[in-house]
Amino acid sequence: MTTTNPTLPTKAETRDFSFYYGAFHALKSINLPVVEKRVTALIGPSGCGKSTLLRSFNRMHDLYPGNRYQGSIVLHPDNTNILDPKVDPIEVRMRIGMVFQKPNPFPKSIYENVAYGLKVRGESSRSVLDDKVENALRGASLWNEVKDRLHAPATALSGGQQQRLCIARCLATDPELLLFDEPTSALDPIATANIEELVTELRERVTILIVTHNMQQAARVSDYTAYMYLGELVEYGVTDDVFMRPKKKATEDYITGRFG
Amino acid sequence: MSASHTLSQGIESMDVTTVSDRLSRKVVRNLKERAIEAVLFAAASISVLTTLGIIWVLVSESYHFFEHVPIWTFLTDTMWTPLFSEPRYGILPLLMGTLTTSLVALSVAIPLGTIIAIYLSEFASPRVREVVKPFLELLGGVPTIVYGYFALTVVSPVLQYFFPLLPGFSMLAAGLVMGVAIVPYISSLSEDAMRAVPMSLREGAYAMGSTRFQTAVRVVLPAAISGVLSAYILGISRAVGETMIVAVAAGMQPNFTMNPAEPAQTISAYIVQVAMGDLPHGSIGYQSIFAAGLSLMLMTLFFNILGHIIRRRYREAY
Amino acid sequence: MNQKELAVIRGTIRSNRRLDIIFAVAGFIALLVGVMAFVTLFAQMVYTGWERLNPDFFMNFPSRRAANAGILSAWVGSLLVMLVTAVSAVPLGVAAGVYLEEYAPKNLITDIIEINVSNLAGVPSIVYGLLALGVFVYAFGFGQSILSAGLTLGLLILPVVIVATREALRSIPIHIREGAYGVGATRWQVVRDHLVPYSTPGIMTGVIIGMSRAIGETAPIITIGALTFIAFLPPMPISGTAPFVNFEWLWSGFTVMPIQMFNWTSRPEEAFQQNAAAAGLILVFMTLMMNGVAIWLRYRLRKSISW
Repeated sequence: MTTTNPTLPTKAETRDFSFYYGAFHALKSINLPVVEKRVTALIGPSGCGKSTLLRSFNRMHDLYPGNRYQGSIVLHPDNTNILDPKVDPIEVRMRIGMVFQKPNPFPKSIYENVAYGLKVRGESSRSVLDDKVENALRGASLWNEVKDRLHAPATALSGGQQQRLCIARCLATDPELLLFDEPTSALDPIATANIEELVTELRERVTILIVTHNMQQAARVSDYTAYMYLGELVEYGVTDDVFMRPKKKATEDYITGRFG
Repeated sequence: MSASHTLSQGIESMDVTTVSDRLSRKVVRNLKERAIEAVLFAAASISVLTTLGIIWVLVSESYHFFEHVPIWTFLTDTMWTPLFSEPRYGILPLLMGTLTTSLVALSVAIPLGTIIAIYLSEFASPRVREVVKPFLELLGGVPTIVYGYFALTVVSPVLQYFFPLLPGFSMLAAGLVMGVAIVPYISSLSEDAMRAVPMSLREGAYAMGSTRFQTAVRVVLPAAISGVLSAYILGISRAVGETMIVAVAAGMQPNFTMNPAEPAQTISAYIVQVAMGDLPHGSIGYQSIFAAGLSLMLMTLFFNILGHIIRRRYREAY
Repeated sequence: MNQKELAVIRGTIRSNRRLDIIFAVAGFIALLVGVMAFVTLFAQMVYTGWERLNPDFFMNFPSRRAANAGILSAWVGSLLVMLVTAVSAVPLGVAAGVYLEEYAPKNLITDIIEINVSNLAGVPSIVYGLLALGVFVYAFGFGQSILSAGLTLGLLILPVVIVATREALRSIPIHIREGAYGVGATRWQVVRDHLVPYSTPGIMTGVIIGMSRAIGETAPIITIGALTFIAFLPPMPISGTAPFVNFEWLWSGFTVMPIQMFNWTSRPEEAFQQNAAAAGLILVFMTLMMNGVAIWLRYRLRKSISW
């Protein structure tokens, strides 16, 4: 892992952030920084709220009734509180990309999948689209595998390719922050290794927040790690420190496998 | 007699009887199970018998019909007057009436049904959906004769108010009302298909910054297209086979035209007209309704097969 | 992201949002068209037919004079035809549904039956009328009778009952079956004691929806040659003297509500239109009631599922 410099700028941070599913208090005043151009991993046992936290970053919870945010999630450098009711969730989602647990390519061609976000943004120039689609596919190291069948249906790809396509779909629109929600949990070990390698490459270009319940994966790909338990942020720090020298007993128990 | 004595005797005798008893009971039970299965199978076969019955009736009576009327005449003659003293047997006028009323109906039902389906599936709040869906089902349950009455006594006069030259019976009035009658089928089935699209696809679209409309039209609708097209096909079948609305409101004169502003008879309305009279069994007029029915059946069969092909071609791949 | 880029994004979103609003309005209007059509239909019938809805209307036979005409023979006919339909379609449909869902092996015959059931649902109702005319009326010699009509409508709604039965059975979780087999029940005992009782509300929903469709069906019954002017009642199924029940009514000529309405609708005189409207009101009311009960049953069912 890169040596981490404490003065690196943060891309986003949660401030006293709480979240409720109806009456259930799912996240309890979380304060978490997300460092720019670095990978931050969220780990913790199932049901600890790590996915809930991740999905708050692009206001996914707005899609379902009965959910409530409290506190703020601030996006830098413009200091926008993306949870502010005045802020358009669509604008937030255009700035922040998300890759889901199960690959969810649209039932369209490979090309159309990658071009989708650009078209939503009103881009219609064929040459611009072609360029950006190619760049995104290269960025997701998928170009060589699909360049001859860009107009084949995306659903014909293998699971790992589909997930890389979903990553390319996000990359095409140059997101400021990329969210990964357990992106390899539905994939085989080889596809998992490919995605992990990709995440490591991508950190040069984009800030990444990744949820994983595979601790080795967190240790392999992330620069910073946050350990969550029962809706609370227990410990946050440089990944090496969290794994080698955890400050909290609870973190140590989880990491050493005594619990969870 | 002591209790223990009877008990031991009982056990001894049981050893002998129960084995054979159980064996025979097992045989009886198996026989019974078999018999029940056979009865249930027979019940399930009724549906196949129904189809075979339909084919047999239509084909055999039509065969007699075509002994009198050459198929070529049937398909090309532009007059249909089987009950006149100089009968003509060209199905084309009835076919055109059927197609015209169906086209009018579908041009109402498909856009309206699709919009309602998208609205209910992607835009409406759960509460609105809970109220509107049952309402649409109720609308779909209104007997078609009532719709026919509506077409004749309300829609025709209203249309005539705007277009004074429109006759009292017209394919336009019948078709429009038929369209409204078909909307519930199309909207309900399309909505089911769209609701079956997994949430993860919608989340993917929203996560890219799509609006509701973009998510609905660019992602959900294409993903549900096979179900939506099936709904359209069912709507077409309904329109082609619909009887009472056209029998009441489109007029009873075969008319070689595709102008919806004119009255005309459809295939189904002709069958009703003949059945209302008193045609002797075995006469050519009697046989003519089976020939008409066969044409109708072939049309719906064509659309059903088309539906199967489309479903296979665009099978959901999520 | 700088302010300029943000401004561009906001502009794009604003124009994307415009389509959202346009579509929401379109959806609302589309719904309104449906609602308005129904409201107009209903209001017009109430307005036209209201004054005919008196006890005499229910107790009079049809007549050449509109003011004296009633629906006695029509509603009695509808009732008796529905009785035959229910008695034929419910056992057959449930049995067929049970067979397809619980017994049928995966083979060609089963496939044929399944495809057949789904295709039958798309056959126009008037074609069932032709089937009945050829088979029930002439080949079987049932004549233009209540029996022929009831069986015709029975066949017509058979797919509805079969599909409802299958769906109800399918929603019973596997562990209920395993539990019953686990205590030594035979297949038939599992079906009779567990699966059919537990799926009764679901089956009932399908049966009611099927019956409400059958009661409004006009075309197939006209096709088998139901008379439109019937000034007598079929022999009553239950009598005061032994043997108390008789089946002569099955062979009787008859008319039904929708045919009576059709007959009146096709008369040019204003007065008969009033009768048609009144008959239509009753018909709509009956089908709405039945559909309402079915929807309510399904709603209850969804709420009370407890496995």
